[in-house]
Amino acid sequence: MKISREEVEHVARLARLALEPTELDELTGQLDAILGYVDKLNELDTQGVEPTAHAVPMENAFREDQVQASIGIERALQNAPSTADSCYQVPKVIE
Amino acid sequence: MDSRYEVVIGLEVHVQLTTKSKIFCGCSTAFGQTPNSQTCPVCLGLPGALPVLNRQVVEDAVKTGLATNCRIAPRSIFARKNYFYPDLPKGYQISQFELPICEHGWLEIETEEHGQKKVGITRIHMEEDAGKLLHSDGNSSSVDLNRACTPLLEVVSEPDMRSADEAIAYLKQLHPIVVYLGVCDGNLEEGSFRCDANVSVRPWGQQELGTRAEVKNLNSFRFIKQAIEYEVERQIEVIDDGGKVVQETRLFDADSGVTRSMRGKEEAHVYRYFPDPDLVPLVVSDAWVERVRGTLPELPAAKQQRYQGELGLAAYDAGVISAERPVAEYFEALVALHNHPKTCANWVMGELLRALNENGIGIADCPVTPKLLAEVLQRIEDNTISGKIAKTVFGEIWQTGKTADQVIAEKGLKQVTDTGAIEGIVAEVIAANPGQVAEYQAGKEKLMGFFVGQVMKASKGKANPGMVNQLLKKKLSE
Amino acid sequence: MKLNSSSIHQLRQKLAAGELTSVALTRACLERIAATNGKVNSFITVCEKEALAAAEVADRRIAAGDAAPLTGIPLAVKDIFNTLDVRTTCGSKILDNYISPYDATVIAKLREQGAVIVGKLNMDEFAMGSSSENSAAGPVLNPWDLQRVPGGSSGGSAAAVAAGQVPATLGTDTGGSIRQPASHCGVVGLKPTYGRVSRFGVIAYASSLDQVGPLAGNVEDCALLLGAVAGYDPADSTSVDTPVPDYLASLKEGVKGKKIGLPKEYFIEGLDPDVKKAVAATIATYQQLGAEVIEVSLPHTDYAVACYYLIATAEASSNLARYDGVRFGVRKDAGEGLIDMYRQTRAAGFGDEVKRRIMLGTYALSSGYYDAYYLKAQKVRTLIREDFFAAFEQVDLLLTPVAPTPAFKIGEKVNDPLQMYLSDIFTIPVNLAGTCGISLPCGMSHEGLPIGLQLLGKPFAEAEILQAAWAFENATDWGGKFPEL
Repeated sequence: MKISREEVEHVARLARLALEPTELDELTGQLDAILGYVDKLNELDTQGVEPTAHAVPMENAFREDQVQASIGIERALQNAPSTADSCYQVPKVIE
Repeated sequence: MDSRYEVVIGLEVHVQLTTKSKIFCGCSTAFGQTPNSQTCPVCLGLPGALPVLNRQVVEDAVKTGLATNCRIAPRSIFARKNYFYPDLPKGYQISQFELPICEHGWLEIETEEHGQKKVGITRIHMEEDAGKLLHSDGNSSSVDLNRACTPLLEVVSEPDMRSADEAIAYLKQLHPIVVYLGVCDGNLEEGSFRCDANVSVRPWGQQELGTRAEVKNLNSFRFIKQAIEYEVERQIEVIDDGGKVVQETRLFDADSGVTRSMRGKEEAHVYRYFPDPDLVPLVVSDAWVERVRGTLPELPAAKQQRYQGELGLAAYDAGVISAERPVAEYFEALVALHNHPKTCANWVMGELLRALNENGIGIADCPVTPKLLAEVLQRIEDNTISGKIAKTVFGEIWQTGKTADQVIAEKGLKQVTDTGAIEGIVAEVIAANPGQVAEYQAGKEKLMGFFVGQVMKASKGKANPGMVNQLLKKKLSE
Repeated sequence: MKLNSSSIHQLRQKLAAGELTSVALTRACLERIAATNGKVNSFITVCEKEALAAAEVADRRIAAGDAAPLTGIPLAVKDIFNTLDVRTTCGSKILDNYISPYDATVIAKLREQGAVIVGKLNMDEFAMGSSSENSAAGPVLNPWDLQRVPGGSSGGSAAAVAAGQVPATLGTDTGGSIRQPASHCGVVGLKPTYGRVSRFGVIAYASSLDQVGPLAGNVEDCALLLGAVAGYDPADSTSVDTPVPDYLASLKEGVKGKKIGLPKEYFIEGLDPDVKKAVAATIATYQQLGAEVIEVSLPHTDYAVACYYLIATAEASSNLARYDGVRFGVRKDAGEGLIDMYRQTRAAGFGDEVKRRIMLGTYALSSGYYDAYYLKAQKVRTLIREDFFAAFEQVDLLLTPVAPTPAFKIGEKVNDPLQMYLSDIFTIPVNLAGTCGISLPCGMSHEGLPIGLQLLGKPFAEAEILQAAWAFENATDWGGKFPEL
């Protein structure tokens, strides 16, 4: 086993996904198969190999420090599920 | 402090930069606007939006790194720090993790026990601020993202401080530096300069560090000291009770002066950092570093030394004047016009700062410019007015903006240096106070002050005090 | 003239000559969409009103003699592109009601040209998939065989062209999401070099791999559309500031004297015989056209899928954290507090494949696994990239199949994610290497399904692969075919 059900549950908590027990079972099996497959990367010796973050080498992209118009409160809030007083509303954190 | 334990403190300071626009988008960073009015797809974390780095933030980071003796990394990268919180729109904060822009710096502090001491700076990195989560009474909280994506530098010290006082001394070195550099407005209350303290204790002689608690929400030097002292006491108590200090984040409550465990940020340590694929590596060339070095102003510590050494000011005076850049600049402008540094220092620290305080204005808005003040000092120097009258002149200039000469002429404040005129007044005063004259002549010499006062009063303050003294002595001993 | 199988090139001539108005053309497209969308389900949103308004403006512009190459041409775009004031769902339930407050850079470019955007195309949710079955709007069906998938994730973009709904579309390609559906639907699709086209406003799946590209009925239209959207964008830090060549001007230069490489790792056991045969036949064509064809090796090909799924899912797990029900999207809140709201919203809003990839990516980035998975994959990525550079020392282009099989049946691979992932084996390496590739029709299977040919080029050699594709298209009869619907 590459990954246990407990680990899958832990990852689901990290990813903020509420999963049903059946989903957890199914995912455990699928992730285990995928992780088993990707294990083949360990066949390769990558010692001394630099990681590639971008396929095309790039560096230093800047913008100048100039203020640009904002999109406005209305547009900022237009898709929000809940708003009040120009703010997004969210449920309180319950410990 | 408990003598059985050594206190170990490291500080993480968040310095909010004074750029006009945010770190990764063009929205304004102005403080105190209507919630969510300074937002765009980038800082709202809307689907598809991408960050582009504000060049000024890099400049400010390099400046700060150089001013704190850091090595500037030729290549640094941005990373995503992943966690969910409503004030963090993208579900990750763009920060730097491996390869920050500055590393291996230090600041020197003055300590009571050990004299001069170096505090190491582990790293300085650039990152975006979160928005604000405002808790209300009901079942919901409000999210304002105006502050989201505001540029911050995080200055991380080594755990080199051994008392709250040392921590404060370190902050009092760092704070004026970032303000001097112009990269931060230094406003603690508005959160422009925020400090988290990592505090632990260990028995003397123990090598490894004790378990630390991170104390947050420290927005004044006084609170920082209080919080650290409270936290040290608390940890010692835990250990003495046979317990173990837990590694956790604690919030300082300024009202009660205690720190409290912060709950709710579960799994906060699983940040899943990885290089942000939306941003590209930052390469700062030697030429860039040298160009920035060339723009660095003289920093407060260097200024203080120079004021003591070259200008002959007392250590205290040099410290006060160099602490704030605008004050130091005023002082230097004044000395350039009136080359008597000690007199200048006395006036800046005395009359000038008092008037500014009373009127509640900053030195930048001071109605008496260095040029106007230099002229006043010139008139003392050339005996046109006395030091006392000069204060009146200063007050008048503050009110009217006129020059010293104008005020002196209009108000007839020119000092009387005519021996004949002063002699006349001296004679009048002696004649009017025969009793005191007799006492004086009988040996009560401290009455001299009384006679001087009477003469000055009769001359409306304009008589040259030196001449008055001289003439009185002569006449009274006749 | 049959509008639904006309090229942009032909339509431009008609518009310029005044034989056709953009409004009439747009209406014809809208009618065709109305008539066929029930069958192929290629559109999620049709923007009739906005399209007709844009067509009117385009007609005035044409009349004023101020037409750009795409002025008045009806196009449609994958629903992954932000379009101002238009619903933008990315194929997800979580964005079901999302009205974008801004335009992606490529959309703004199309609008500046006066193109008429008639709607938003169906896709795998958040571009995660190879079949366009993972959509909140239901699966896209292959116009050549409605029992089969059109490929994915830009299945709607390929199917819309094949169904004659619009002459060309925009898609995105992270691991083959343009080329594979283009192949399955018998159209031309191009994935440009990473950095060639702006990603600003394109909803991110895997930021270091995503790239925008055109799909069209023929190579020339592909070249035209690429030229319209390519170029440096200061709003995208990863866009590259190199000039955009005139792809149309150099299109017909041919392949005489070019060296074409056949990577031996792409001609493997398990390659469908029809695919093998069709692709093998292209070799002769290129030789006749004056190219030299030699065998080359890309030795790390077999590791590409594993490498891709670690990098793509890691980036995706972070990119999709913003779907938290706070600022936009469909919130699900049972009144159990903030964290529960997050978990319920995301559980209800994301489909199975998206959840699977978020889980895999979150795991791969977790402390203790970062080095073993994400960092390891980035190093293997270097090896794969170096394979390509070594090959491009020897040859100008690479020639490969696009997919191991023609379009598979709906539901066939839905319960076996790993098999689904392996169907991208020939398209994924190019995304990892960051270079460009094009897919174009090169044959038909015995079941009457289109087969695609893939040509891969050096970084920023889009002009070169377009030339080779055009030469093939014009030397054979495989291009420009449309199924009866």
